[in-house]
Amino acid sequence: MTVDQISVFIENNLGTLAEVTGILGGAGIDMRALSIADTIDFGVLRLIVDDPKRAHELLRSSGFVASTTPVLAVSIEDVPGGLSKVLRILADEKISVEYAYAFITRKEGNACVVLRVADNDRAVDVLAKNGVKVSSGSNLFDQ
Amino acid sequence: MNYYQEEMECASREKMRELQGERLAKTVRHVYENVPYYRRMMDERNVAPGDVKSLDDLPKLPFLTKNDLRDAYPYGLLAVPLTDAVRIQSTSGTTGRRVVAFYTQGDIDLWDECCARAIVAAGGGKDDVVHVSYGYGLFTGGPGLNGGSHKVGSLTLPMSSGNTERQIQFMCDLGSTILCCTPSYAAYLAENIASQGLRGQIKLKAGIFGAEAWSEEMRADIEKSLGIKAYDIYGLTEITGPGVSFECSEQTGMHVNEDHFIPEIIDPETGAVLPEGSKGELVFTCISKTAFPLLRYRTRDICVLSRKACSCGRTLIKMSRLMGRSDDMLIIRGVNVFPSQIEAVLMKCGLTSNYQIIVDRVHHTDTFEVKVEMTPEMFSDTVKDISTREEELVASMRAMLGISPKVTLVAPRDIARSEGKAVRVIDRRKI
Repeated sequence: MTVDQISVFIENNLGTLAEVTGILGGAGIDMRALSIADTIDFGVLRLIVDDPKRAHELLRSSGFVASTTPVLAVSIEDVPGGLSKVLRILADEKISVEYAYAFITRKEGNACVVLRVADNDRAVDVLAKNGVKVSSGSNLFDQ
Repeated sequence: MNYYQEEMECASREKMRELQGERLAKTVRHVYENVPYYRRMMDERNVAPGDVKSLDDLPKLPFLTKNDLRDAYPYGLLAVPLTDAVRIQSTSGTTGRRVVAFYTQGDIDLWDECCARAIVAAGGGKDDVVHVSYGYGLFTGGPGLNGGSHKVGSLTLPMSSGNTERQIQFMCDLGSTILCCTPSYAAYLAENIASQGLRGQIKLKAGIFGAEAWSEEMRADIEKSLGIKAYDIYGLTEITGPGVSFECSEQTGMHVNEDHFIPEIIDPETGAVLPEGSKGELVFTCISKTAFPLLRYRTRDICVLSRKACSCGRTLIKMSRLMGRSDDMLIIRGVNVFPSQIEAVLMKCGLTSNYQIIVDRVHHTDTFEVKVEMTPEMFSDTVKDISTREEELVASMRAMLGISPKVTLVAPRDIARSEGKAVRVIDRRKI
């Protein structure tokens, strides 16, 4: 029950982000979510797309260093405290979160949070037990 | 006191030539009899010790290179029984690049005397306080000037490098008059002294600065900011350390202590000896040391030798400022760096990636950056992982080189290639 996230190494240069998104857009790849972690010298662009395998290959052949990482896409209620509830469950189980980013889905009233955790299998298990819905890649794009 | 050893420093050319010839013949016999390595090299060229009688016979001897030193590491060129050696000094770098030089007590004494000549030429005497901020230890800078200062009879402050606050405090409290360090550290100290408003409390009158190349502009800056006379000094561990040559009051080049080290200028391509005044590679022959007397050692430093009469009265031949290298070695903050060492670290860290070394001088201090192209192996979706790998890379480079570069990760194919070949070194320093 994980989603494949594409991470891309980007230098802090003008136009790099436009280039990456241009390559994907030009190939008809749909982006659902995006986040950037940046340092002084470089950034890591993280993407959730409809065809991660093709996106990875496209970026690689265009000369970018990219990787594919299984992450959790968790549906939460788009209400105050919705995210906190999910994070509390993980914290109580001592599952650390490396990073997270959220997006609103087309389905009204729902948001989706991408979580990179230390142990995917255990996190899925714990969340399921607590009635939290973890999306798989395909249903993320059906919503 | 104008000179430390006037009879040598101001000897007539005839007397010096005669002395050099005698010492050369003696040294050639000494190494032939005691170092199989030299014997083999001389035998291969059909040169017997008896063939070298005077200075004119010097070109009969083969050149020695850093590769020969590597082949002979560690004891292969030692010319006395180990029991007679009392000290080693060494350069930074890996085994392949590291030079280990041996000294008898006599070798240390003559090295100290060379440094004493430099201190006296910079106006130093028994009443001076010599502040040595070169590193102590395997590096020759600290021990060399320290020994020289003892010979002169100055009060010696063995500060070693680093801890700028303490350096300045001692300088103020103990009234240092002569500062010995790299020119870039002198400039750094000057900046700190100025920013702390302590310029009025220091008593410095002169500085002896070496171990890296510097410009006349930098000299002017340091002299002005510290209110001193700044003198250049040259040396290399292979030959002895600092004091192979030194500057006098004229400040127009460094007098070579040619009663101990015979300089030659050669064409680095052909090996042909060039006439006085030609620009070429500097070669030294040690003629009075006994433990590690290298013959015709190619320094790879490019400069010019001149016998033009000097206003200081010394007759010792003068070498110009260094004008470059005939190999790819970089001297960064006084430390020898070969691009191949960077490559070795990258390979060891599993990075076959492309790299580029960028050296610059900002506010008189060398900047050292290594750009490394990101690889799928090095990349991660978390910044933490990438940073950890980057830190490991910097630590490995520090272990290899003795100084830390700033590592910058760049995108693949970001490093400029000219005609398909990557440009490995960009040296923007204007020296």
